[in-house]
Amino acid sequence: MRAFGKVFKYGDNIDTDVIIPARYLNSSDPAELATHCMEDIDADFVKNVKKGDIIVADKNFGCGSSREHAPIAIKASGISCVIAETFARIFYRNAINIGLPIIECPEAAKGIEAGDEVEVDFDSGMIYNRTKGTQFQGQAFPEFMQKIIKAEGLINYINEK
Amino acid sequence: MGMTMTQKILAAHAGLHEVKAGQLIEADLDLVLGNDITSPVAIHEMEKMKVTGVFDKDKIALVPDHFVPNKDIKSAEHCKCVREFASAHDITNYFEVGEMGIEHALLPEKGLVVAGDVVIGADSHTCTYGALGAFSTGVGSTDMAAGMATGKAWFKVPAAIKFNLTGKLPKWVSGKDVILHIIGMIGVDGALYKSMEFTGDGIANLTMDDRFTIANMAIEAGAKNGIFPVDDLAVSYMKEHSKREFKIYEADEDAEYEQEIVIDLSTLKSTVAFPHLPENTKTMDEIDEVVIDQVVIGSCTNGRLDDLRIAAKVLEGRKVAKGIRCIILPATQKIYLQAIDEGLIQIFIKAGAVVSTPTCGPCLGGYMGILAKGERCVSTTNRNFVGRMGHVESEVYLASPAVAAASAVTGKISSPAELGL
Ligand code: SF4
Repeated sequence: MRAFGKVFKYGDNIDTDVIIPARYLNSSDPAELATHCMEDIDADFVKNVKKGDIIVADKNFGCGSSREHAPIAIKASGISCVIAETFARIFYRNAINIGLPIIECPEAAKGIEAGDEVEVDFDSGMIYNRTKGTQFQGQAFPEFMQKIIKAEGLINYINEK
Repeated sequence: MGMTMTQKILAAHAGLHEVKAGQLIEADLDLVLGNDITSPVAIHEMEKMKVTGVFDKDKIALVPDHFVPNKDIKSAEHCKCVREFASAHDITNYFEVGEMGIEHALLPEKGLVVAGDVVIGADSHTCTYGALGAFSTGVGSTDMAAGMATGKAWFKVPAAIKFNLTGKLPKWVSGKDVILHIIGMIGVDGALYKSMEFTGDGIANLTMDDRFTIANMAIEAGAKNGIFPVDDLAVSYMKEHSKREFKIYEADEDAEYEQEIVIDLSTLKSTVAFPHLPENTKTMDEIDEVVIDQVVIGSCTNGRLDDLRIAAKVLEGRKVAKGIRCIILPATQKIYLQAIDEGLIQIFIKAGAVVSTPTCGPCLGGYMGILAKGERCVSTTNRNFVGRMGHVESEVYLASPAVAAASAVTGKISSPAELGL
């Protein structure tokens, strides 16, 4: 599996309240949630995001609430992968459980800028910055998590078991 | 190598003699929790699973508390979805408006969590029950769905940081100040993926409500869970509230901790977290004048009886400053009733505060106290992220009930000392 797209870049501690504000949580429809994704931190995100694009962020991405609406909104907005220096743990679980690929890689978080075109190989964890011609080794998932992501989420994984 | 308290509980629930930090395990669950925001997503996920029912109708708790009594039509639909699911699966612990409270105050009060349990909840503050010596942690809706169907969840065994608490808190300083102090020290990712294990003789000087407040905000330091040893006070709390058998786990003497931090409680001061992160803390003496518009006293962090008693001590015979909205939310119906019996609600209303039925309401910017552009609120809740209580340009200052109540009286961030208390 590979992802390829343009990068949206964010800083430290991007919390679930800015990824999808609570005022929209009276809906759980992915398409509707996606129309408000990142609204409180980047009002233009929804206008500019294209299918396949990639989010790159610094430390503790997805901190705050356990709302699965956050990775759901990101996935439904067309984002194919999130790369960060570190992820908050509930977001990490949720992303894997719903089948949104995420990769921890501090070097990539530093070496990739907004607008760069980036390719990710999930099997190897390799991240290629096609704009700058650089590459980074991200943390590959343990086998158990790879199986969940390949099954496109925990529910399918359990059903397949 | 010995195990931490958390690791021992997890090992026992995974049927293993030993676990190590970093190990992936599958553990049996004693309780699966969801609320009106997260349960509908979980219920839809469960419908996609090849299962016919829930693993145990007594071990699921469904608590609509975020947007209830229903805020609008969409919230009403969500609550209806949860209510119908509870009815279809004959869920024992579904709490309708009138009996519900804020989930993390309600579950211990109803005796649904006891020491030694493994609990997951589709709400990040599920870590609150660590105060009782349980392993409890927040998860998402998919985990909740899998948990309801199978009674199991996957975990990565966490490493731990040990917090050795000594001494006794000064007057007007409480559990909220302890946890804000800690988050200010280690940061919002200071305990990422880890357990925060509290030990030390200072714990004996903390009330159960203080401990719930501290464990509640472990997630604000990025932790997987926070956990307290089970002492006589915790045992008597469980005996009073629950008929369930509990099991006490203790950390091994040679348990491994990544870090050990000693905190002398007697040196702590009233602490406030400034916008827009819980780690932006200042002690009262470091704060210049901050004029405010609203005060909120409530939430799963500080909506318990002790919190209301402290607020009442400050507000008794005083008035909320002109132009300030002071909103007080007892966390459960039982707390509400006790507060009425003790005359606290009278004190609040006479002071000019508004008292509401239990709800998360303003804590997450849901309803019942939303901030306009540029407004500031001193709140006993747990998050002050951008836009958390309303407009993206509004500000939330996190504080203890004592500071929140004193601030309501003066109209700026204040300590009870400024009122001569
Ligand atoms: S009171 Fe606030 S933090 Fe607690 S469960 Fe409700 S919304 Fe979440």
